[in-house]
Amino acid sequence: MDEVLRLRGITKRFPGVLANDRVDLGLLRGEIHAVLGENGAGKSTLMKIVAGMLEPDEGRIELDGRPVRFSSPRDAIAAGIGMVYQHFMLIPVFTVAENVVLGAEPGRGLRFDRREAEREVRELAERYHMEVDPAARVADLSVGLQQRVEILKTFYRKARILILDEPTAALTPQEARELFQVMRNLAGQGISILFISHKLDEVLEVADRITVMRHGRTVATLRPAETSEQELANLMVGRAVQLTSVRPPVERGPAVLEVADLTVQREDGRPAVQGVGFAIHAGEVFGIAGVEGNGQAELVEAIAGLRPAAAGRIRFLGRDVTAWDARRRALAGIAYVPEDRVGTGLVMGFTLAENLALKRYFLPPLARRGWIDRRALWSEAKGRLEAYDVRPPEPGLAARALSGGNQQKVILARELGSDPELLVAYQPTRGLDVGAIEFVHGQILRLRGEGKAILLVSLELDEVLELSDTVAVMHRGRLAAVFPAGEADRERVGLYMTGGRERAQEEEGAGR
Amino acid sequence: MSLGDFLGVQTWVGTISWGAPIALAALGGTFSERTGVVNIAMEGLMLISAFFSVLGAWALHNAWLGLGVGVVSAMLFALLFAWGAIRFKADQIILGMAINTLAMGLTGYLLNTIFGYGGTPVNTPQLPTVSIPLLASIPWLGPVLFRQNVLIYALFILLVLSHFLLFHTRLGLRMRAVGEHPQAADAAGINVYRIRYLGVLLSGFFSGLAGAYLSIGALNSFNVNMSNGRGYIALAAMIFGGWTPLGAFGASMLFGFASSIAFNLQGLGIPKDLVLMLPYVATIVALAGVVGRTTAPAADGVPYDPSESS
Ligand SMILES: Nc1ncnc2c1ncn2[C@@H]1O[C@H](COP(=O)(O)OP(=O)(O)OP(=O)(O)O)[C@@H](O)[C@H]1O
Ligand SMILES: [Mg+2]
Repeated sequence: MDEVLRLRGITKRFPGVLANDRVDLGLLRGEIHAVLGENGAGKSTLMKIVAGMLEPDEGRIELDGRPVRFSSPRDAIAAGIGMVYQHFMLIPVFTVAENVVLGAEPGRGLRFDRREAEREVRELAERYHMEVDPAARVADLSVGLQQRVEILKTFYRKARILILDEPTAALTPQEARELFQVMRNLAGQGISILFISHKLDEVLEVADRITVMRHGRTVATLRPAETSEQELANLMVGRAVQLTSVRPPVERGPAVLEVADLTVQREDGRPAVQGVGFAIHAGEVFGIAGVEGNGQAELVEAIAGLRPAAAGRIRFLGRDVTAWDARRRALAGIAYVPEDRVGTGLVMGFTLAENLALKRYFLPPLARRGWIDRRALWSEAKGRLEAYDVRPPEPGLAARALSGGNQQKVILARELGSDPELLVAYQPTRGLDVGAIEFVHGQILRLRGEGKAILLVSLELDEVLELSDTVAVMHRGRLAAVFPAGEADRERVGLYMTGGRERAQEEEGAGR
Repeated sequence: MSLGDFLGVQTWVGTISWGAPIALAALGGTFSERTGVVNIAMEGLMLISAFFSVLGAWALHNAWLGLGVGVVSAMLFALLFAWGAIRFKADQIILGMAINTLAMGLTGYLLNTIFGYGGTPVNTPQLPTVSIPLLASIPWLGPVLFRQNVLIYALFILLVLSHFLLFHTRLGLRMRAVGEHPQAADAAGINVYRIRYLGVLLSGFFSGLAGAYLSIGALNSFNVNMSNGRGYIALAAMIFGGWTPLGAFGASMLFGFASSIAFNLQGLGIPKDLVLMLPYVATIVALAGVVGRTTAPAADGVPYDPSESS
């Protein structure tokens, strides 16, 4: 196999950070090459350099053995390099087809041929088994579908080299598996794929080679057959990592959150959550498994106070909070880690200190007589950033200057650090490296040990099973099943996740 | 005075002639804002063009050449605005106000220096009013639509072209992309800066036509501060119209209608100043009622900085 892409001595500095430090990397034709590394290791930076989004300070890129220089994504696209970014680059008010063809639109003369665009996109989607309605507005699509649109965009541009930055972070396991199938198809057709992931199992499953980065440098390139999850984790973090956490027994206290007959609507008025009821007790992790888009997002938003309940009641510490707004609930002790960190979790243009203070800037010690005490804000932020290992721990940095995983850590620092009675977390470890996941899981279990209640929604079945005392499965807006931890196993939960409720019950009935 | 007089032909003719300069500028505004630049400088651009159109028409003894001089001058100032707003990422509102102040001072100064205190010469050529044969003799519709200044016809043609450009061409798609999500547009290989320059320049072109209409279309003279806030009204009309050419046109004509009514009301004994407020009050009410329901392009007014592409 010949090398299509070769990076030599790539170095990139940001103010105060050496993001890439003399990186060397080779990509073969038809190869699936995974890039692993801690949050902030410089993976996205490196990919953006290859995609022409950033220019390296030193070093060079060779395509088919010839040195190239990209001064914009245009150059990289023209050279056959397509990239799907960690934060999607989609225009919400445009249709799928418009997003896909943007920059290379079909048409005659000046005219944009929308019909033709939709036809081409439909064809493309079918060819790669990525069904999506070309005429749908992107804003109306789930994250998983938006991802497809992003991938279709690069295919539309005839990418020979496809770069995927954490493509599975937003996907359900099912969708991830479909994506891997697509990736293998493409590789079989000679397309080379560079992809970033934090999920060691999937990296081992799908990659031909794995490059591990640490502190801006490449520390190793391995083949899956030669290595293991544990070795990869240790290489990434530079120390031994505990990949699974143990849940010590905890005495269950009184109910902290009681949800009764809760119905929540989508924007279009259709019900997203239908008559859901459950209770979470002090010292309990209540995990909700399910395929994305089955009402989990709306459920947590309703509990956080960001979405009204169409019917039903929410009680928190014995008080009816159904009519409370989000701030009141937050102050009462409900912490919330939202699904969408860019849109709901952080203000990208604000500093880390300001982001950390978002929910309490008006309270002492951050504010005195209506004035914000900058120094208090700063010093508190400094402590939190260090405690949560945000890199770099600079309170004055804008949130957008952080790597994706570090942005997530800032949200966790704000929410977990607020000493809540109830933590409502949607995918709290999305985009985190194994070391950080170890830490966050530890924090969730610490809260549990302190007698707090935790509502954990995750699309990662393993995460739910590992941390939860009670496992619920959400399907089509209802809780399809609720198991105590001991009775939930992958197969049973998985069956309910895909709506096999009747089948599951039949099998259990037959088994008795 | 009866209702019939209010809604008679004269009121509709007035609607068009009051509404036209607003509509022209508002059409241009949609291009600027759709690409992500809030062009509050339209007021100044109109004024610049109004003056230079007269100057050109007078000096070159030809209204068409005057129109050309006026439009080009507005586009040059638009370029200056674009340069500051796009290249130097200056605050678009402040920069726009600076352009407006500059336009006011410059045109006032040049008016006095070149023409003295007597104002612009009475023999300045004017853009022709054209009656379209046959159509002009249709009752009611004829005088309203087909016996108009050439720039009114231009307005109708440009309205259709603008709509087509923005919603049915590749360029239009790219312009809207740049105004919604410049990072995404950049990643798709679109030159964000170039598209924004184009949007602002188009806005300059349209403001130029609007200014020329005021000075050598409806009249053949220039007065100090002739634009008289129309650039701002155009901005409001464009917002009211939901950032679309057709909407902006409709909103402009609504304002034109209110102005026309107000004009008719003068002389009925109602204090003049109150009557003259009517169109503005109507605009405020309309804006307050509607703006909440329309959404601006997501990146409107936000300078694009490629390094912020998180
Ligand atoms: N635009 C920027 N300005 C300043 N610093 C930046 C910028 N982009 C990235 N950095 C810094 O460069 C380093 C590498 O960031 P990068 O996004 O490449 O990490 P990553 O490996 O992709 O991490 P993650 O797994 O969290 O996505 C980080 O320390 C980050 O804070
Ligand atoms: Mg990254």
